[in-house]
Amino acid sequence: MNWETVIGLEVHVQLATKTKIFSAASTSFGAEPNTQACAIDLAMPGTLPVLNEQAVHYAVMFGLAIDAEIGQVSVFERKNYFYPDLPKGYQTTQLEKPIVGRGAVGIQLADGSTKSIRIHHAHLEEDAGKSVHEGDLPLGSSGVDLNRAGTPLIEIVSEPDMRSIEEAVAFAKKLHSIVTSIGICDGEMSQGSMRFDVNVSVRPMGSTELGTRTETKNLNSFKFMEEAIEKEVERQIDVIEDGGTIRQETRLYNGDTKVAKAMRSKEEANDYRYFPCPDLLPVIVSDDTIEALRRALPELPDARQARFVTQYALSLYDAGVLSSDASIASFFETVANSCGNPKLAANWAMGELSAALNNAGLGFADSPVSAEQLAEMIARIVDSSISGKMAKQVFEAMWQGEGNVDDIIDAKGLKQVSDSGALEKIVTDVLEANPAMVEDFVSSDENKRKKKLGGFMGQIMKVSKGQANPQQVNQILLQKLNELL
Amino acid sequence: MHNYTIAELVKGLQSKQFSSVELTQHFLARIRQFNDQYNAVITVTEDQALQVAQLADQRLATGSAPALCGVPLLHKDIFCTKGVRTSCGSKMLDNFIPPYNATVVENFEQTGAVMLGKTNMDEFAMGSSNETSFYGPVKNPWATDCVPGGSSGGSAAAVAGRLAPGATATDTGGSIRQPAALCGISGLKPTYGRVSRWGMIAFASSLDQAGPMARTAEDCALLLNCMASFDDKDSTCVDREVPDYSASLNKPVKGLRIGIPKEYFSEGLHPGTEAAVKKALTDLEAQGVELVEISLPNSDLSVPAYYVIAPAEASANLSRFDGVKYGYRCENPKDLQDMYCRTRSEGFGEEVQRRILIGTYCLSAGYYDAYYGKAQQVRQLIEQDFVKAFADVDLIVGPTCPSPAFKFGAKGDDPVAMYLEDIYTIATNLAGLPGMSVPCGMVEGKPVGLQIIGNYFDEARMLNLAHQFQQVTDWHTQAPEGIL
Repeated sequence: MNWETVIGLEVHVQLATKTKIFSAASTSFGAEPNTQACAIDLAMPGTLPVLNEQAVHYAVMFGLAIDAEIGQVSVFERKNYFYPDLPKGYQTTQLEKPIVGRGAVGIQLADGSTKSIRIHHAHLEEDAGKSVHEGDLPLGSSGVDLNRAGTPLIEIVSEPDMRSIEEAVAFAKKLHSIVTSIGICDGEMSQGSMRFDVNVSVRPMGSTELGTRTETKNLNSFKFMEEAIEKEVERQIDVIEDGGTIRQETRLYNGDTKVAKAMRSKEEANDYRYFPCPDLLPVIVSDDTIEALRRALPELPDARQARFVTQYALSLYDAGVLSSDASIASFFETVANSCGNPKLAANWAMGELSAALNNAGLGFADSPVSAEQLAEMIARIVDSSISGKMAKQVFEAMWQGEGNVDDIIDAKGLKQVSDSGALEKIVTDVLEANPAMVEDFVSSDENKRKKKLGGFMGQIMKVSKGQANPQQVNQILLQKLNELL
Repeated sequence: MHNYTIAELVKGLQSKQFSSVELTQHFLARIRQFNDQYNAVITVTEDQALQVAQLADQRLATGSAPALCGVPLLHKDIFCTKGVRTSCGSKMLDNFIPPYNATVVENFEQTGAVMLGKTNMDEFAMGSSNETSFYGPVKNPWATDCVPGGSSGGSAAAVAGRLAPGATATDTGGSIRQPAALCGISGLKPTYGRVSRWGMIAFASSLDQAGPMARTAEDCALLLNCMASFDDKDSTCVDREVPDYSASLNKPVKGLRIGIPKEYFSEGLHPGTEAAVKKALTDLEAQGVELVEISLPNSDLSVPAYYVIAPAEASANLSRFDGVKYGYRCENPKDLQDMYCRTRSEGFGEEVQRRILIGTYCLSAGYYDAYYGKAQQVRQLIEQDFVKAFADVDLIVGPTCPSPAFKFGAKGDDPVAMYLEDIYTIATNLAGLPGMSVPCGMVEGKPVGLQIIGNYFDEARMLNLAHQFQQVTDWHTQAPEGIL
């Protein structure tokens, strides 16, 4: 039987506010455990939450970016459960009246088709802390690090509109692109800035009823998400084809060991006993605030992609890649505008630089080769000072911090020889030194001669230590050989 | 000195009739001498008090000290006090020393008032008799075999027993007014949002409100002047100017329309209490107020609605006491579940556990609409009753509680009988209105309280009426035997 996959996503996005959603403690990542948790974050008796206005604005900005209804009166509720990393014994979140209502996100697929994924709602909430099971702890005990407790999140809940892993990944990447473009999230997946819960079910192709779903929680990379869905789809199909039924359950996937396992079934699920939080007033967002935020909203990825196509004459695909992330887009634009060659700028940004950054686990914002440096290098390719091949060496040297483009070209003696007199001499010398090759070329019929040119080029590059301008050499060589015919 | 009112102490301090240090030493001595009888004070901050008193004397010497500078006070142990154990009457917090002050405490500290110590209370403010405290029951100075009321029974007994001229307290369903009535003192619960809840350990966040206890309405006004403030640390605190509550105490009350809710004089009201309250009404009438019978038709729903909403909020508010971060943790937990269960079973008393269970039940899937949802609707009806009433009258007056102080254990095994203690006070908490209690008579040698309910933020008018009542009566000047 053919099976159709149905996927819905719940995405937790950490908002890039300086302080926590209900306290003045810092949200910055990587501090010593429990040094960024104040009395409110620790849920000390008598402490009270005060809502961070910036977090509200960021949530509204997201709503505007996906053209959603904005909840002008949203309400915080308490979600009650006990866990050591949840200091109050409840999470302050939104349920009945979220700040962002229905909206939609458009995705593009590899075959060029597009699809709209509906957003059910997005709500504001606080993050929990972390349990610590390693390190300097007494035997048999665990620790709790509450630095992350109270970090503002929006949880974005999609409708079950995705029908393949490709669509799910495209949707996840598009959300990443939107939240980083409008500057409400730093997008650092490795630091947990975006985390995905995937709801997966399968059904016979053509069926209109949804199958029983499972939820795999807390996936923090696109790759893990892809793997987890793939494994879960396979598992569900196996179970059903073996005559079994799918249990509604929460699952975990370990991206390092590639092992997925059930965490708890629906029957074991908590009764969260939600009720409106009496310590916080309903959040009112005025029309004026919404309009002001709308006017200040940075360019969205789709608009930027369209602009890149027209302004820089890029292909839709290239424009899509380069506009997906605010830091990539701004890097590309700086390079393109300063070097004057958008096509080369795009190739380098998406090719060499992107690969190097990936290897080093860095983002464009932290690139060791600055946009200005890359632009200068491309300018040297454009003015024929260096060849594309030499440029790779120059790039490598810049990456290693060996200085600016011209210094590296000088230091490595990479300057391309474009002086026609000098090149003519090299060509003549090579032809004179290889009479047999010349003879072979002259005696070959016309369609084989083209292939034999390569042999001369190799010799010339060897003699010139790779510095000869290949286009010019080609011209001179052809001219000289034609004279011999 | 301990028979002076706060107003008189302020005069004495400002005119250097006595020093704050002398005054502080006097009250510390009284606490040492009498607290064994009352068990009203559970922490005495003697060294700190004397230091603060010395500083207060320096400020007083400059001639420009604020009104309450140098006045000794007690704080209910529900208010966090920096560096001083804050137990909330519970074993759970017996070892808890907050690193911060409640805003109420901070306000008094700024003005130079002297904290003598912390008062006993029902555990987490859950109780109407002070019998649920981990530190043992407080005894009523008027009859030490009787309860002082609760949950602010320690503050009330301390003021009645002249261990302090005034004290802070909190009121979620009557916890200021009922013990004030039972101990023969004056106590005021302000409008919800008038006084900051920051640093006040939460019982039911939408109902909790801090207020003053003293012997007179005039003293309550002085204390409220300092307690009330806008505080951006409490999102439910209202940003509204604090009037000078002392300024309007002497306004004539002639012509004020006073509503008498007929529902507050029905079955269950002790005949002695009823007689005392009716006599007080006659006294008020003699001062020229106009008495108008009114109806608050949903009054009988206030106790059931309260005992859904308050426990529901409490069940979440008390979840933080889990043994992980501070406070009590059970010995040798075998795993996480065991730590939670035993920490909370051993750390919380029976009444607190009862309310956590009620609240958890009311919020559970399948019960929410029938209990919590319905209770919120009832709450709105009760609020509307008052809104309608206040369209016609300036203040509402009636009994504070159904009967005078009862004996220890009298209602111990009947939680519902205990809950009915607050039948006349709970509705104002549900509506967020201010209410106060002033002494208005004696029954069987025990005090009776007169309740005055005001419109939102109309504390000044309540205090005005109470003060004028105290100009023509002397119930507030009476003291338990052996005190004077």
